[in-house]
Amino acid sequence: MKSHWNIMVVDDEEVMRESLAAWLREDGYVVDTAVSGKDAIEKAPQKEYAIFFIDLKMPGGVDGIETMMEIRKLHPEASVIIVTAYATVDTAITAMKEGAQEYIVKPCNPEEISLLVSRIIKIKNLQRENTILRKKLTKQYNFYDIVSKSSKMVDIFSLVKQISSLRSTVLIQGESGTGKELIARAIHFSGDRAGKPFVCVSCAALTESLLESELFGHEKGSFTGANSQKKGKFELADGGTIFLDEIGDISAKLQMNLLRVLQERKFFRVGGIEEIEVDVRVITATNKNLAQAVKEGTFRDDLFYRLNVINIQIPPLRDRKEDIPLLVNTFIERIGPEVGKEVKEISECALKLLLNYDWPGNVRQLENAVERAIVTCKSRILSEEDFSFLNSKSSETQEWNIPHDMTLEQLENQIITTTLQRTHGNIKEASTILGIDRSTLYDRIKKFNLPRN
Amino acid sequence: MSSLYILPIGEVYAEILKNLEIGLWETLGFDIAYLPKMEQTDFALDKTRSQFSSTLILKEMMKRIPHDAVRVLGITENDLFIPMLSFVFGHAQVSGKLALISTARLRQEFYQLPKNDELLFLRTVKEALHELGHTFGLLHCADTTCAMSLSNGIQQVDFKKDDYCRDCRILFNESSKNYKMNGVANFKMSSEKLKL
Repeated sequence: MKSHWNIMVVDDEEVMRESLAAWLREDGYVVDTAVSGKDAIEKAPQKEYAIFFIDLKMPGGVDGIETMMEIRKLHPEASVIIVTAYATVDTAITAMKEGAQEYIVKPCNPEEISLLVSRIIKIKNLQRENTILRKKLTKQYNFYDIVSKSSKMVDIFSLVKQISSLRSTVLIQGESGTGKELIARAIHFSGDRAGKPFVCVSCAALTESLLESELFGHEKGSFTGANSQKKGKFELADGGTIFLDEIGDISAKLQMNLLRVLQERKFFRVGGIEEIEVDVRVITATNKNLAQAVKEGTFRDDLFYRLNVINIQIPPLRDRKEDIPLLVNTFIERIGPEVGKEVKEISECALKLLLNYDWPGNVRQLENAVERAIVTCKSRILSEEDFSFLNSKSSETQEWNIPHDMTLEQLENQIITTTLQRTHGNIKEASTILGIDRSTLYDRIKKFNLPRN
Repeated sequence: MSSLYILPIGEVYAEILKNLEIGLWETLGFDIAYLPKMEQTDFALDKTRSQFSSTLILKEMMKRIPHDAVRVLGITENDLFIPMLSFVFGHAQVSGKLALISTARLRQEFYQLPKNDELLFLRTVKEALHELGHTFGLLHCADTTCAMSLSNGIQQVDFKKDDYCRDCRILFNESSKNYKMNGVANFKMSSEKLKL
């Protein structure tokens, strides 16, 4: 990406300076100019420059070689190209000795200068790529890997920072694909437990007995197939954090076991008689409405209160669309090299299409869409056509299939429930969306006996 | 209605202008109009190099931009240079209003080869598209068949097409949409008409 590289042209002659700068800008570089050696030395600290073109003979006390020597102190990584109209062996030797990368005599062939610049930039790109990859390795699960500039998310980040070193349980709620696990990781890796294990368990993926054994471990012979003793995830997470995803799906028996661990920090392995004590922070997540499940009696209220000490609600992507351009660019930057594609950017029209889409699958769906577009894209820019697969599903064109046996009252109930969920129980916001006044909404909530949240 | 203006700088072969007009109209989709010829060009002549400074010509062109101009394309038969380089095929203001091309090195005769007008006309359109592309914010393209690819020699000019690649076309369309009355695709003419 040439536009990421800054070049400075230093020459006292305006036509020379501006024409070379313009020529380099046509190639995509960001070019600044300086009218003298002194001017260049003053401007140089303001940015990171990849290349300096410095005219050898300049009036004003500081000539090209002196300018280069000062610049090299400020930017030891930068390449300096000394430019002169009159080549002598002596000046060339001096320039190279003092650290000039190249020495060119003007006027020079366009091809020569193109090759020279592209060769230097190629090396700079490799060096930068290397640095980025190194940073990525250390930042993989860093808190800042969550990309967002939305105020709701920024509030969550600040809450995460505040609670990261506490032992209190955290309940993360949000639709599928909003990044619940990333927030859990952020809490763990930004707190005191960062050096200890972070253990992840998806509660919906396993049957009750398997999940029990997975969480608490088992003794040899405790059930058919238990050929050896096995430590559970709670033991493995000792000193660290256990993240229980889809907690709303666990059985009544496991709810009780979990409640005991939370209360006493102790448990038995399946088939075990020895009580095991652990120091584990519990973070749970669900895309279900647990408060509603408590009301319906499918989730223990005492466990709910234990889990819900700190509550984090992650907004769906449709409520923070300002993040879409940022996320798309992050995905392009990461996925492009992963799938070996030279895709560098997204067109304005394509971005508009993504902004108009509702993203029911949230950030995960956006990431998958960008990946699919990159894989099938035949050029460097993602266009509207590359996202044509979204058109058939966009909210504007989506066909609304109403079940045959649905009554108007049921339909009304459904719409109000969904809107209240989206607004997290905010009556004013929900009534605005629904286009009815607040008192009418209250009447409907009472009539249908709906939970406000 | 806004137009893309062609500004002849000094004497320019009429057939070149006619072919350029059609080529630009066909590929870019703008109305094409002419500005009166710039008679005096001596101010830009560097006697020691026997070449004309593209920077000084662009400065002079600045004074002649009509208010309804989409862009102004200067065309000269004189050889152009910038001080750093031995020559340039053209020069433009990136995301500006002005572009300038020279036909001097697009002629076969410059390379001691027999005259070939068809080839000259085609090369002129390619270079005009290249420099005008810069005025719409397009930068050099890595696709060597795209009109926006960098040409340091005549072989590279001949290798590229007289149109933008898919990516540059997307960027061009987005950047020029405010000036367009119709989509560029509607402007495609038959190749027979182009040949005249």
